[in-house]
Amino acid sequence: MLDLGGANAADGEILDAPLYGPRSYRVFGDDALAKHFLEISMGPHHPSTHGVFRMDVVLDGETVVRLKPVFGYLHRNHEKLAETMSWLAAIPYTDRLDYFCSMTNNWAYVLAVEKLAGIAVPERAEYIRVIVGELTRLVNHICLAGFLLADLGALGTPLLYAFREREKILDIFEEISGARMMCNYMRFGGVRVDLSPEALQKIHRIAERFPFFLDEFEALVSRNEILLSRCQGVGVLPRHLAVNAGVTGPMLRASGVDYDLRKVDRYGIYDRFEFRVPLGEHGDVYDRYMVRILEMRESVAILRQALAQIPEKGEIMNPQAKLRNLRPKPGEIYSRIESPKGELGFYLISDGGPCPYRYRVRPPSFINLTVLEDMCLGQKIADVIVIFGSVDIVLGEVDR
Amino acid sequence: MNTERFAAQFPQMQWDAATSSWIVPHQSLLEIALFLKTDPEFRMDLLSNVAGVDWLSSKEKVRGEDGKPVERERPGYLEVVYHFYSVSAKQGPIVLRCRTDGRATPILPSITPLYRSAEFQEREIYDLYGIVFSGHPDLRRILMWDEFEDFPMRKDYVSPDDYEWEPTPHDDVLERARQHRREEERRRA
Repeated sequence: MLDLGGANAADGEILDAPLYGPRSYRVFGDDALAKHFLEISMGPHHPSTHGVFRMDVVLDGETVVRLKPVFGYLHRNHEKLAETMSWLAAIPYTDRLDYFCSMTNNWAYVLAVEKLAGIAVPERAEYIRVIVGELTRLVNHICLAGFLLADLGALGTPLLYAFREREKILDIFEEISGARMMCNYMRFGGVRVDLSPEALQKIHRIAERFPFFLDEFEALVSRNEILLSRCQGVGVLPRHLAVNAGVTGPMLRASGVDYDLRKVDRYGIYDRFEFRVPLGEHGDVYDRYMVRILEMRESVAILRQALAQIPEKGEIMNPQAKLRNLRPKPGEIYSRIESPKGELGFYLISDGGPCPYRYRVRPPSFINLTVLEDMCLGQKIADVIVIFGSVDIVLGEVDR
Repeated sequence: MNTERFAAQFPQMQWDAATSSWIVPHQSLLEIALFLKTDPEFRMDLLSNVAGVDWLSSKEKVRGEDGKPVERERPGYLEVVYHFYSVSAKQGPIVLRCRTDGRATPILPSITPLYRSAEFQEREIYDLYGIVFSGHPDLRRILMWDEFEDFPMRKDYVSPDDYEWEPTPHDDVLERARQHRREEERRRA
């Protein structure tokens, strides 16, 4: 077992990984492949690659000796597209990045533009953003847990339960934005539609009922023997490597690094809520699963506080905010939020024109894939599916 | 963070106040990144974002030798922007920008041996901007297919007129193709 150290970085410690060893970049000649290695192409239509994703795997028996991720099948050059259209018109395109979490994608982008153009956001809109952001986190994490269990062979039931809960949240999204997945909900300086008292009532019920669902879900699967034996000690990600490889989000915290941007940057109004940051201890697949389950409980806690604190009435849009024909002053900004998958950043450069000069997305699931090979080396081919499922990627965001 | 000490350590850097970043000559990029990573005060262990930017050549006004403003051609270049954060000290960002010499044969040192997080991002920049990172362990195209030849994120990229990849070209697309063909014929004549 790899030593991961304590839960927090010691004083003065530098989180660093060793330089490239010869292990990760072995080149095999044809004779090696002919003798006893087997090179197979998993994907792009493999059922558990969660989209069009391919892994070029070299096997020694059943053990992985090399793994190269291949992607780009869904590439549409999102960044170039956004550079040809107005600042406002790029918002619906951000929905299509990580299509499970369109609300947080919107939020990351509008937050970056608000910082660049200096637009203030009214109080009620900030609360609505936190509420829909945390609901998105619930949707993402519970679906990930369902998909991971489906990859493990629990076909159907856990995923069906997860989708049942997701459906209730998507109904709320549909009510407030008109679309279930491609919400296109946030605008510079606020949000598009106010939350009605009925919608708030529904969110109240979700905040009340969701922990019971989690209890049921956990009672069914969390201590299941198959889950434990297939997930514990599999795909260990040491925390020095995790930080050095830019891994963020629940994956980083499962490796025991206390780094949650809601706590570190305190963007929006996250400084007004009390919540804990769950940390893993071993950095294996089970920790990644468990960190997400615990994070959902904390999200529910944030939801409850936000629902208690949200002002009854108030503006949801800054009336001074200019949507059409927005021309921010020349300058640049890098702004990041804690999306359910990790650090979602937007790097924008304005030249004072009607469209962004440079529009760059820092996609968390793309960069989290850097360590896929390191986690899979020496593991069995059947575990590759589980390790890959625990990374939590959406190909719309990886390929952009 | 004591940025004055950082600035004094590397006098070859240039502070750009408009973007709050350091312009770094590419010869000393790795040295500076190693300092940021290992210095006990900075501890910049997370290289969060690596982004390519294309700056075309443009006209700029400068004061000439006789004191009168003269218009001068500023040569274009490609640029890579690095955003460093510290996970262990919870601070940041420190932004470095590294510029290539011109746009014809852009070569920059790869930061991947120091920060694994740059591995895919540098491959992406190579793919979309055509900057070659010397010292990268596995520099291949990552998002576009291997046979693709141009660099689509460059500002002067012209999409090709052969619609092998587009089965039903639209009217304006066909019109543009016709116009390109006419221009080509005129150039030959």
